[in-house]
Amino acid sequence: MIKEQVRTALSFVKDPEIDSINILDLGMLHEIKLTNYEITILLLPTFMGCPALEIIKKNVESAVTKEVGDAFTINVEFIFHPPWTSDRITSKGREQLKKFGIAPPPKQMEKDGGWHVDCPYCGSTYTTLENIFGPTACRSILYCKSCKNPFEAMKPISTLM
Amino acid sequence: MSEQSKSISNPIYKEALTELLFQLADDDFIVAFRGSEWLGLAPHIEEDVAFSSISQDTMGHAAIFYKLLEDIGAGDMDYLAHARQAEDRRNSIMLEEVNGTGTYLSEPHFDWAFAVVRHYFYTQAKKIRIDSLKNSSYQPLAEAAVKVNMELYYHLLHWKTWFQELVKAGGEARERMEQAVKKVSSNLGDLFLLGDQSSNISSLGLIEGEEQIKQRWVATMTPVFENLQLQIPLTMEMEKGNGRIGQHTKDLEVALTTLSEVYNINPAANW
Repeated sequence: MIKEQVRTALSFVKDPEIDSINILDLGMLHEIKLTNYEITILLLPTFMGCPALEIIKKNVESAVTKEVGDAFTINVEFIFHPPWTSDRITSKGREQLKKFGIAPPPKQMEKDGGWHVDCPYCGSTYTTLENIFGPTACRSILYCKSCKNPFEAMKPISTLM
Repeated sequence: MSEQSKSISNPIYKEALTELLFQLADDDFIVAFRGSEWLGLAPHIEEDVAFSSISQDTMGHAAIFYKLLEDIGAGDMDYLAHARQAEDRRNSIMLEEVNGTGTYLSEPHFDWAFAVVRHYFYTQAKKIRIDSLKNSSYQPLAEAAVKVNMELYYHLLHWKTWFQELVKAGGEARERMEQAVKKVSSNLGDLFLLGDQSSNISSLGLIEGEEQIKQRWVATMTPVFENLQLQIPLTMEMEKGNGRIGQHTKDLEVALTTLSEVYNINPAANW
């Protein structure tokens, strides 16, 4: 089954900036389309200005070619409908983010738009938000007052905003 | 034939849509460039991280709008972003103004109050336009608005916080903010205009009319200004002209020369 092979290939493509999580667990795959000679993979960018998109595209092309051979033409397209939202990250993905020292995005936001995450290192809830903006578009910078570690969190992104 | 391609095959619809998309794309493109010039110069390191992240998001939004133009046959998106002359640009004039004296490479005496006011006023106007675009008659644009809106949420929160804190600080901070409000207001008018195609743009349901957008902006800003005991700018002049009809300043020409320098080395190259 070609589509299964493509999925397997995609499971080897990591986020170039967070190498503990693959793009499936990040919730970036929208659809795999298959015709006789063509495989089209529709991906959802996390943030529109993310500079890693071109790298992800190239990595997907080579991973899929490796898995299914060169009998197929492979197209990778980024679409923004439906929009990627942070609740698309799988539960496995949430664990993998923690391994990289990044707290998974909060599942719920408060009514005033505020949000809270626990420390990915020690699990403490005694954390403060240092900067909503972080080293990449999808991350924020926080600090744990229990274990005294700075850490990052995936920014919550939802259509309710 | 899909609903979209039917609309696009109508030349009046296509012309209005093209005009609106250029306004949206060119606004985000130039304001993201002006934001990027602040890299390394922002008041503190956390702001440097935040401002560059916002500028990167905003450049991503410009890219969506240029892509929508490419999709309806307006030309290659890199060409549209880099190679069009100043008179072909549709951005609001206040977005092209330099950040201050000097350049980011030499003697940059940039004005932080001006940056905060400009970005806050623009981001609030963008938020109102994006909310309206969610109901656009052109479905791909409505879908793009949903995506942009999620990122915009954080930008607006950021600039509103800076604006309020600096005004509330009083003293020199408040004085400089008041001056910046005056400066930005003197060229705020065209931000709410829709150019030559204005009546078609709104009557075809692409986005709400100029007056409605402007009124919503004033209504949203009024409580913020009242709370700070500041005079809200209602005159919204256009001292330097109307960017929506291609009137621009030397500042835009210089910016375009700088930002397209690499592109112009080899326009066919795939960077």
